[in-house]
Amino acid sequence: MAVRDILVHPSPCLKQVAEAVTEFDQALQQLLSDLEDTLAVAPGCVGIAAPQIGVSRRVVITDVRKAKGSCHGRLVLVNPEIIRHEGMARGREGCLSVPDFTGNVMRAEEVVVQARDSAGRQQSFEFSGFEARVVQHEIDHLEGLLFLDRLVSRRHDLFRRKVYRDGGRVRNT
Amino acid sequence: MAKKWYMLTMVGKDRSGIVSHVTAALYDGGCNLGEATMARLGGNFTIMLMVQFDGSRRALMSQIEPVVQSMDLHVHVDSINAELHHHLVPDVRISVYGADRAGIVAQVTTALTEAGLNILDLESDVAGTEQQPVYVMSIEGLASEGIASLQAALDIMSAEGIETSLSAIETMLA
Repeated sequence: MAVRDILVHPSPCLKQVAEAVTEFDQALQQLLSDLEDTLAVAPGCVGIAAPQIGVSRRVVITDVRKAKGSCHGRLVLVNPEIIRHEGMARGREGCLSVPDFTGNVMRAEEVVVQARDSAGRQQSFEFSGFEARVVQHEIDHLEGLLFLDRLVSRRHDLFRRKVYRDGGRVRNT
Repeated sequence: MAKKWYMLTMVGKDRSGIVSHVTAALYDGGCNLGEATMARLGGNFTIMLMVQFDGSRRALMSQIEPVVQSMDLHVHVDSINAELHHHLVPDVRISVYGADRAGIVAQVTTALTEAGLNILDLESDVAGTEQQPVYVMSIEGLASEGIASLQAALDIMSAEGIETSLSAIETMLA
């Protein structure tokens, strides 16, 4: 059991592109265990990414059961990649790494994600709605992006549109 | 000693450079800025700005006096408690639009307040043309008596020709 400190902006680790996991070894299991313990004690929090505890690896855990009924439950996503996305919706987000601030962000409404599990097995998931938003927020952490990088205008629904390419990287349109 | 904060309110005919000139003058005077809203409303530029400043209200006024003169602004300064780092997170968003006429805001917000709404943020625009203006308003707030109660209040508005839509804001923390 190890609850780790959550890094907050402007920690450099949060702005780095995280490295892919290649070894599904004991060190990875320890990282997953730490992430899980840290997520468990964060009130109302539905996801966590390894860079948030200072480990620049492509590992996230999502668990929207605290907030929502229908979903995949607790999920470990190692080296996750968004391979398809559809729709765009505005929603409000906050982040443990950015205390006392919430803001509106556009996210794809549906995403198909490929990822490895804790043992390295390739898996594919379809996410929609709230859970899709959580997964995109976490994958952003692996790209060195915070939701602050995607805030949309408070005044209007018009927004600086950043859309997903395969792999979750962004481009401006 | 607690930091002294002021709320600086400014308004003037919109022109390029107001924000940069005002904030440069404040920075030169040793001020630190807090939260702000600044917007062009019609042809006017408006500023509501939290300013931390060790001196008196009078000293702050004189610090910005040159830019107030050169930019032809009206200014008002109040001493405030900052209360930073205690954001309230809205749980409901309401959009309202309709053919512009006097009384829409009063009517809608009175009904919503009675139904338990605490408004955190309100923005409105007059769209359309001079001949056919359309009033557009967006509100974010806290529904202290639940969303159903607000929806019931809005349903009455809809019967009177004001289009409204209400959606719950679910804030994702990750």
